[in-house]
Amino acid sequence: MAALTHDLQGADREGQVARFQHLRRREQWRYVLLLLPAVVFLIAFYGYPVAAMLTRAFYDPVPGLQNFEPLVTARSTVEFLGLSIPMNAYIRVFWITLQIAAVVTIVSLLLGYPVAYALSSVSASRANLLMIFVLIPFWTSILVRSYAWMVLLGKEGIINEALLAAGLRTEPLVLLNTRLAVYLGMIHIMLPFMILPLYAVMRGIDRNLLRAAGNLGAPPSAVFRRIFLPLSLPGVAAGCLLVFILSLGFYITPALLGGQKDVMVSMLIQQQISLLKWGFGAALALVLLILALGIYALFTRVLGVERVFGSART
Amino acid sequence: MTATSPTRPLSPAQAASRARTRPRVRASVSAGSVILWIFVGIILFYLVFPVFVVAPVSFSSAKYLQFPPPGWSLQWYQNYFDRPGWVPATLLSIRVAIATAILATALGTAASLALVRGRFPGKGAVNSFIVSPLVVPGIIVAIGVYFFYAQVRLVGNPVGLILAHTCLALPFVVTNVSATLQGFDERLEYAAMNLGANRWQTFRRVTLPIIRPGVFAGALFAFITSFDELLVALFVSGSGAVTLPRKMWDSLRQEIDPTIAAVSTILIAFSIVVLLTAELLRQRAERTRAAAFVAEEDELGARE
Repeated sequence: MAALTHDLQGADREGQVARFQHLRRREQWRYVLLLLPAVVFLIAFYGYPVAAMLTRAFYDPVPGLQNFEPLVTARSTVEFLGLSIPMNAYIRVFWITLQIAAVVTIVSLLLGYPVAYALSSVSASRANLLMIFVLIPFWTSILVRSYAWMVLLGKEGIINEALLAAGLRTEPLVLLNTRLAVYLGMIHIMLPFMILPLYAVMRGIDRNLLRAAGNLGAPPSAVFRRIFLPLSLPGVAAGCLLVFILSLGFYITPALLGGQKDVMVSMLIQQQISLLKWGFGAALALVLLILALGIYALFTRVLGVERVFGSART
Repeated sequence: MTATSPTRPLSPAQAASRARTRPRVRASVSAGSVILWIFVGIILFYLVFPVFVVAPVSFSSAKYLQFPPPGWSLQWYQNYFDRPGWVPATLLSIRVAIATAILATALGTAASLALVRGRFPGKGAVNSFIVSPLVVPGIIVAIGVYFFYAQVRLVGNPVGLILAHTCLALPFVVTNVSATLQGFDERLEYAAMNLGANRWQTFRRVTLPIIRPGVFAGALFAFITSFDELLVALFVSGSGAVTLPRKMWDSLRQEIDPTIAAVSTILIAFSIVVLLTAELLRQRAERTRAAAFVAEEDELGARE
């Protein structure tokens, strides 16, 4: 740049422009050079290994599509809304995973929206103070929090002891290793991921719009429904996408808190790999990845959710 | 957004009726907000209570999980320090996390500069690729890395963990640093270079001080990402590189003794310290953003 200004003196205008454009191009190359180490690193230790693993689905142990065969042939049934639906045993795991992810997303939204709404309606300093209650669990290891739920829900855990001491039950409830425990644990982990993007969007909503609507005679419910809610929808979409995608890949919490019926896809993949069925594990991983990326693309392309994962943990 | 829609003038009767209903509306709002805040209180309790429930267990004198604790003791903390494996696992986790934070911050900061400032074909695709470890389920990365490391003999090696954790941490660094770079006035750099600073001096003395909060936040996220990471460690740590999450996982799967409560309590205390650090960084970032330009210019002038 110093050279640029120096060179500009005495040169004719066309030459200046040509030289400037040349330098601009060189500038762009510098940026590519800055980007290169990170990209090469990611390809070497993430992109290539994952791609190589996924291609195993098509050649391990022998070339062909036989790794995808169990996804069509293995018979089982699934209970849904009181109906027994015949379903493939492995597709059933995907079904359970989608179901858990959907329930966790919807409940997180229903619980998180009022919290974000309340926090966005008070002064920033008070909201920051209350936000500590959201951020403490957020920064605490998932393993630690899953353990805490084991302490709470176990047969001799805090909840059962409290119920027995209060005389409400004569024998302990079975809480651990149930679907309820999976939901409690996962929603506990996912709520901050819902509250933070919701809060960020709600903070940005111009309160004068709400006051204007109120002054024009709209009752509070209409102000909320017709002004606040539509303006908060980008946060809803971002939070739901984040929670749903992260829930699809959950492993630790369902493995520690769930029962035998609550197997999620990640656990199934881990199990197949440890059984040395590498090709089948890779096939399952491929289906899970397509599912996750498909839902991500659906949200970002169709709903126009931008940079969700960018603002995830700030 | 509603500015263009025509507004009907109110008739006096309507205005009067509205004035009459106003007190009732206000009363219902405050009742609603009481219910709202009770609900918020319950949710915040649900979020925080499990985090603090392990502390009393960790100080229990009981031999197994028992609540309320029959007496108090530090035996589980003693266990943590005496039993083989726990302290080495903790130290290894800290070392791996520090190395990950340094590597990811260096790679990520450089990449962020290019992604925010550069205009080159395929930028969007590169950006998606760098952020993709957040979208791809952890188990897929873990087994991919596992097969690869088995070929290049990196299983059971802390270096393998650092390399994999850096990939998982890069998105956090890039998003944090990019965010601070977005509001950066590039003319400050031109000014520095016009005054004779070379590129590196400009970066060190002008760019870095201004984007420092974002860089620190990215490094913090990178550290925590590595420090808490379980899935990759589950596959790649073998017997030679057992991290703290891996050790905790093994202990949770075998026998749940309150040693893990002691470890958890230490980690919770640690995460609260991290949270406070992050909060301070954020506040300082906000406070210095306005003052930064003036202060750094002064500093540059004083040194030169």
